[in-house]
Amino acid sequence: MSDAPGLEVVGVTKRFGDFAALSDVSLRLHPGTVHALLGENGAGKSTLVKCIMGFYHADAGELLLDGREIKVGNPRDAQQAGIGMVYQHFTLVPSMTILENLTMGLGFRPGRIDWKVERAKLTAFLDTMPFRVPIDRPVSSLAAGEKQKAEILKQLYLQAKLLILDEPTSVLTPQEADEMLGLIRSMATAGQLTVLIITHKFREVLAFADEVTVLRRGKQVGGGKVSELSVPEMARLMVGDQASRDHAGREEREPGEVMLALTGVQALDDAGGPALQGVDLTVRRGEIVGIAGVSGNGQTALVEVLGGQRRHQGAVTVGGEPFGATREEIARHNFALLPEEPLRNACVGRMSVGENMAFRSFDRAPIGSGVWVKRGALRRHARDLVERYNVRTTGIDAPIMTLSGGNVQRAVLGRELSGEVDVLVCANPVFGLDFSAVADIHGQIVAARNRGAAVLLVSEDLDELLELADRILVMSGGAIVYETKRESADRQSIGLHMAGHA
Amino acid sequence: MAAEALGWWGVPLAVGAGAIRVSTPFLFVSLGEVVTETSGRINLGLEGTLVMGAMSGYAISFYTGSPWLGVLAAGIVGSLLGALHAGICSLPKVNDIAVGIALLLFGTGLAFFLGTPFVAPQAPNLPSIPLGFWSDVPQIQAALKVNVLFFIGVAAAPLLAWALRNTGVGLMIRMVGDNAEAARAMGYSPLTVRLWATCFGGFMAGVGGSFLSLYYPGSWSEGLSSGQGIIAVALVIFARWRPMYCLWASLLFGGAGALGPALQSVGISQGYYLFNAAPYVLTLVIMIIACSPDRTLAGAPGELSITK
Ligand SMILES: Nc1ncnc2c1ncn2[C@@H]1O[C@H](COP(=O)(O)OP(=O)(O)OP(=O)(O)O)[C@@H](O)[C@H]1O
Ligand SMILES: [Mg+2]
Repeated sequence: MSDAPGLEVVGVTKRFGDFAALSDVSLRLHPGTVHALLGENGAGKSTLVKCIMGFYHADAGELLLDGREIKVGNPRDAQQAGIGMVYQHFTLVPSMTILENLTMGLGFRPGRIDWKVERAKLTAFLDTMPFRVPIDRPVSSLAAGEKQKAEILKQLYLQAKLLILDEPTSVLTPQEADEMLGLIRSMATAGQLTVLIITHKFREVLAFADEVTVLRRGKQVGGGKVSELSVPEMARLMVGDQASRDHAGREEREPGEVMLALTGVQALDDAGGPALQGVDLTVRRGEIVGIAGVSGNGQTALVEVLGGQRRHQGAVTVGGEPFGATREEIARHNFALLPEEPLRNACVGRMSVGENMAFRSFDRAPIGSGVWVKRGALRRHARDLVERYNVRTTGIDAPIMTLSGGNVQRAVLGRELSGEVDVLVCANPVFGLDFSAVADIHGQIVAARNRGAAVLLVSEDLDELLELADRILVMSGGAIVYETKRESADRQSIGLHMAGHA
Repeated sequence: MAAEALGWWGVPLAVGAGAIRVSTPFLFVSLGEVVTETSGRINLGLEGTLVMGAMSGYAISFYTGSPWLGVLAAGIVGSLLGALHAGICSLPKVNDIAVGIALLLFGTGLAFFLGTPFVAPQAPNLPSIPLGFWSDVPQIQAALKVNVLFFIGVAAAPLLAWALRNTGVGLMIRMVGDNAEAARAMGYSPLTVRLWATCFGGFMAGVGGSFLSLYYPGSWSEGLSSGQGIIAVALVIFARWRPMYCLWASLLFGGAGALGPALQSVGISQGYYLFNAAPYVLTLVIMIIACSPDRTLAGAPGELSITK
């Protein structure tokens, strides 16, 4: 394991139909360095690295590995050239164990697999790594952090010398992220790896990267040594000279009447085990209640119950009336929901952006009239929301699944907040978003609160909760185990309760 | 009839013997479909494949005089139909369920069309192994005549289960079926793997069909299959995509299918048609039990269009 390669990307252009996702992008990775790729949501970062990996075929441009031109027709070619990638979403096969996944990654041998030999090989390799992962459990049963570690281990096990990471830390806790990036950093310093990392976190760029390249709307707009750039400079490169929007500050206000109340709510998870074990909580008008917790402690089930996606026992009331998340109740109570993974939970991927944006309102004036849907009104509504919420898309007729992750998020938030809102439930609303989008969306949430909405904000990001919430509840083992006011909130005790140690 | 010799014992004996006989086509179709579905495709056209297999197996046995050549021909015809399914599904924006239904109708229609000359003549049937030689009760002897294909099927179940866990091919099939993106990232081609997996499913269904025409009931007619091909697909879900469970489920369905005739053989003919409906009722009950809104189907391949 030595000799990290250098990679040069020269003049890459990639079009989807008429839309140029990348135009003439060049980039140079020096051997043994960590290079960060920055850019707003939809800037083309994932598209660029997918072109390097052979997932997409660039319309123009070439790749030089250690000065020699290489042709990458598919991911297998890339792997053979020693280029490995950890994708934005997980790519381990969920029903298989880590041992099975990694063994299959080594290459195809049709016949019998000698598990004894493979196991010995893998354990010997893992002994040289600072991470521990359970290799005999199906990947689907692993926590997000474990999966991400396994993804990276997989690439190292396949002897990648050039490692590409697409937002590898968004699913990790800050400690896990530091540990992982630290390892990669040290392998690069030792000359074993060259790394290209996509991230939205300036902190990680400053701490772990040597150089950066910034993309804006598919063009390379700048870059250089990290030591010679400041955060404001990088931010300005990312968003350009556009005026930053003003965001509503939080108004001091007394919370009003109770809008959302849960009493003794219980629910089962997909495997039939208990997910919620008697949740009691109330949210009043004009307050943001934050739910903190390590992922997998029932937050997903809680949001699914509120969205009508999961059967439950116990009472859920909105505005004092029982709430079953029927279409009629949602409309009557002005209930809005931004679930996690909105592409899966709140969109129909193959339908257009415009149609997806009309899911709440297609049967009501002005879009719906009788049994008809007025296409004109639907399109106006969509264009208006795309404009207001700054959704970057090739057009309102594009299937929503072609949008970048961040833009799906904005599209759904736009739909949910477009009417009057009395109750708003958000789950990890800024997951994977760039800094300006984070500010935008946080601004929208605070504005909804200022207008008198009752907001339930479920988040794995404690900083986000400490910044936005009026009250913070900690969820652990499917129940609320701790409550604190904004003024008296203290990281230490919240952390202890999150870990279930108090 | 010699029913008196055994009395009521005739019922479990007949059900058991029927289970073995009736289950064989279920077993073959479902084992093949397990492989197809594990690769992330569902082939609903297996009923058509089964009937085509029955017809072509019978025809080849009739012309060549060798029932085993018939079985082979049935398998080959089945894999061609599987390749057709997979080929059409490889085209962009094609839904495998719709293609399956079209091929179901195509296969049965084609078999009826090509099979008319073979309704009357008798083709040589598959031999069976007389495991009841030790007894002189004729019913026991009859019940314990077991076809070789049954043993092949029984052996295939653990073999497939083993291969899906312990061979490169098996793991590759599971990969493309559970996460095609991941498989692609590793350099495996989901479409190619699915093509072979669907061909295999077709082969097994064809062989299952030849059992119908060449052993039990043992002749070719249009009413030969009573939906075994479709039930076997449901059975795969019930069996949670596990070959060994397919074996048990096939025996269960086979036993249910033999219930009507068994009761009739001891003189209970009331409700004959009701008992004959047992496998279908069983299918419905199982589907209702297996599908709960609260749980995802454990063991379902992630890429399967019905569970996605
Ligand atoms: N398969 C596709 N078809 C059409 N358009 C696409 C496709 N993939 C990406 N795009 C478009 O290309 C642009 C760049 O997308 P990309 O996923 O590269 O963004 P990104 O920089 O990775 O954003 P994020 O930070 O949100 O992940 C987006 O506007 C997206 O809508
Ligand atoms: Mg991306």
